[in-house]
Parts: sequence; C-alpha cells; structure tokens
Amino acid sequence: MQVDFHLPSLGADMESATLVQWLKKPGEAVHRGEAIAVVETAKGLIDIECFDEAVVGSLIVQPGTKVPVGAVLAQLLSETAGAPPPAKAAVPTPAAAAPARLSPAPLAAAPGGRARISPAARRRAHELGVSVEALERAGAGIVHLEDVEHLAAQAKPPAPDARDAMRIAIGNAMARSKREIPHYYLADTVDFSTARDWLASYNAKVPVGERILEGLLIVKAVALAAARCSGFNGYCRDGRFEPASAVNVGTAIAVRGGGLVAPALLGADRKDLPALMREFSDLVTRVRSGHMRSGEFTAATITVTALGEEGAELLWPIINPPQVAIVGSGRIALQPWVHEGAVVARPVLSLSLAADHRVTDGRAGSRFLRTIAELLATPAKL
Amino acid sequence: MGTVKDTEIRTRVLEIITSIAPDVDPATIDPELDLRDQFDFDSMDRLHLAAAISEAFRIAIPEQDYPQLSALQKACEYVAKKLG
Repeated sequence: MQVDFHLPSLGADMESATLVQWLKKPGEAVHRGEAIAVVETAKGLIDIECFDEAVVGSLIVQPGTKVPVGAVLAQLLSETAGAPPPAKAAVPTPAAAAPARLSPAPLAAAPGGRARISPAARRRAHELGVSVEALERAGAGIVHLEDVEHLAAQAKPPAPDARDAMRIAIGNAMARSKREIPHYYLADTVDFSTARDWLASYNAKVPVGERILEGLLIVKAVALAAARCSGFNGYCRDGRFEPASAVNVGTAIAVRGGGLVAPALLGADRKDLPALMREFSDLVTRVRSGHMRSGEFTAATITVTALGEEGAELLWPIINPPQVAIVGSGRIALQPWVHEGAVVARPVLSLSLAADHRVTDGRAGSRFLRTIAELLATPAKL
Repeated sequence: MGTVKDTEIRTRVLEIITSIAPDVDPATIDPELDLRDQFDFDSMDRLHLAAAISEAFRIAIPEQDYPQLSALQKACEYVAKKLG
C-alpha cells in the first residue's frame, strides 16, 4: 500500500529542515532503519530513516527546499505499513544494559557482534553524548534515532543545578556556533602605551569611583569600529547578513566560581566613556549579584571578550550566534616593540577577531582590526 | 583623623569585600591571601574595592596604590597608614 513519508521532528527546537539530498531513487527498495534522505537542521546535517520495508514511489520534495516538520517528503510503497515501529522495549536503561555484555550477542546483531546502527542514529548518539558501546549493548536488532534519544533521555542526570545549567547553555550555544558558522580568525598586536598613558592621566584627575578601566577603552573602540566598518555589527539569518541599527556590545563577564555571560552595553558607540563606564560597572555588579535583565541577553549585536591582566596573551573566541563577529582581547603585557627603528619596551595588546565567513572575509576583517587599533592610538577621541 | 581603630577598619573593609562579592563568606577569608586568587577578583572588583574604601574612610587612593589593597590584611594596613 502507498504511504506518506514525513519529515520527522528531531527535537523540540526543530520547526523545519532543508532537504539536502535523496539517498534513494524511485523504484529502489528501502529497508527498515535505512536512511532515505539527508536534511539540514539547526543541529546540522541529519539522515532521515525509513521505518518500513518499502519501495520508493515518488519523491515529492526537491533538494534545496525548506519544509516544515510533518511535511510529506515522498511516497513509499510499503509492505509493512501499519506495523508498529521496532519495539522500544528492547532498549534497556544504560544501568540495566551493562551486564548484557556478558550475555551472548543478540540474534539480530550484525556480523562481528555489533548491533546495526543507522547513520542518523550514530550521528545523533555522538551529538547527545551516547557512546556507541551503549548503543551496541542496547541494540537488540537495529538501533534507530528514537532509540538513541530514548537512551540519552534516560542517561540524563536529574535536575542539574544553576552552574551546570549555565555550563550546558554555554556548551549548547558554542556547539551550535562551531557547527553552523564558518569562523575565520585574525590577530594583530597594538601598542597600548598611548591609551595607557592617557587613561592614567585621566584617572588621576577624577575620584576613584569615576575611574575608567582599560578594558572599557577596548569596548568603546570596538563599538566605534563596528559602526564604521560594515559587515560586523548584526546577525546572520538564513545565510544572509542583517545589519543592526544600533551597536550593542555584548561584554563577556566572568561569573565568580565559573561560567560567563555576555550581556550588552546598548548603543555603546554613541555614549561617552564616563557614561559607558557607569553602565559597565552596573552590569558587572548585577551579573555578580544575580540581577540580570533578559533584554540585555538578546540585544547584543557584536561581542567583546577580554581575559584580563592575568589571562593568556591571545585568544581565539567563538562567535555568539546569530551574531557574526567577536573580538578577543588578551593580556596587555610589556613586550619588545619597534618604534622609530629602535626596540623599546611597550605595553602591547593582542587583539583577535573571529568573524563569520558567510558575511565577510579576511580583508574586511583586517580592516576592522586595524580600525580598532587606530582608535586606541587616539584615546582622547574615544 | 587617627581615631578609627584597627578593628573598626577591619570590620568596614570586610563589609566592603562582601558587598562586592555577596557570595563570599567573611569567615572563610584568608586575610593574607590575594583576593584575586581566593575569589577571582578582577580589575572591576578591584576598582569597586578602591572606590568603596576611598569613600568609607575619606582617603585618596591613587591607581598605583591598588596593589596595596590586594589582600584583606594589606588593605587594612594601608587604610590605617593613610589615616594615621
């Protein structure tokens, strides 16, 4: 009988996917657990399996088409349609599965004692941190995508605390960034002596509470450069750059005891240094006392991350999606610097840029870094 | 001034440190140990500490003196010296 082959939901956050490739042609037989198509989702490329023994009828959706969850992708001529999907009862919990290693290999296992694991299931297992061994132990027969998710859900520790939740959120966001964004990286060194001297003389004239941190000069310079150089301030959506109308600089702030957040300094390019410093100080205080505002976490259009004076010399930051650029500031340290043909000791700042190659390239990125350096060389104008 | 006792200085400085880092238990502070190593104090925390001490004791604290505020004991001694 003829059955519809739908795009399945591969997670609560999935609404749609783009069909990338058909792995079967009309008339070809497809076996239970075999991949029939490859789709691209927010999680990356995923193989879609068939749960029937069937022959491919017609392919309805063409490669390159984005379709919602539940859309009919193809029509199959099934011999087993209506039969229940593979028994999930065959999947024991990880704890119960452990002793199974001692028992004889399941009858349906592939030669060599290994269970048959579909490519999609194997890939999903990798994403969810489910070991292939656990799958093999669990796999009486063919291991499917849903078996993997079932296993992962059971293996999940109960109610993680806030620190764990932050670590998980950072992990998820950074994994998504590394998966989806083709990062390119550039670095440059900047003579920070003019900025340091100017700031020292400024800070000597004002009360302690109104002093400005060196890190804020870098934030302001990045904000001004982002306003001047196109392609770095905004978002990438569906592979296209959307410039933002304001420059909201997300500033990575360490949370005591581990983790970090990157709330935004709104309109940072248009505020003078004293005003920006007051906001920055307030932001750090609120982050560390747990009084953050949700809007600050969704507003950032570009991010700056600084390791501070005890940090490493140089860092290669990861872009916060859907943003397209992040500037890293390493430790400012005294280093040999060539000035007017002579080697002198200067405070040197190592600046790095990670940017989205779908939006800009290294030439534009170099210009952006150079603009930041030039702004830092004339601190009185910041 | 010279009228503020060492114990009062210590109490005020402790209050300031715990106001900057509310998650710090004052009983666990090692007075000799650098606040940066103990509680991840960074440049912003150090600025907040200097500003609060300057205001509380009405003393001027130039930037180059910040290293003298790096631990509880050192900070108390610095304040006492400035007040003395």
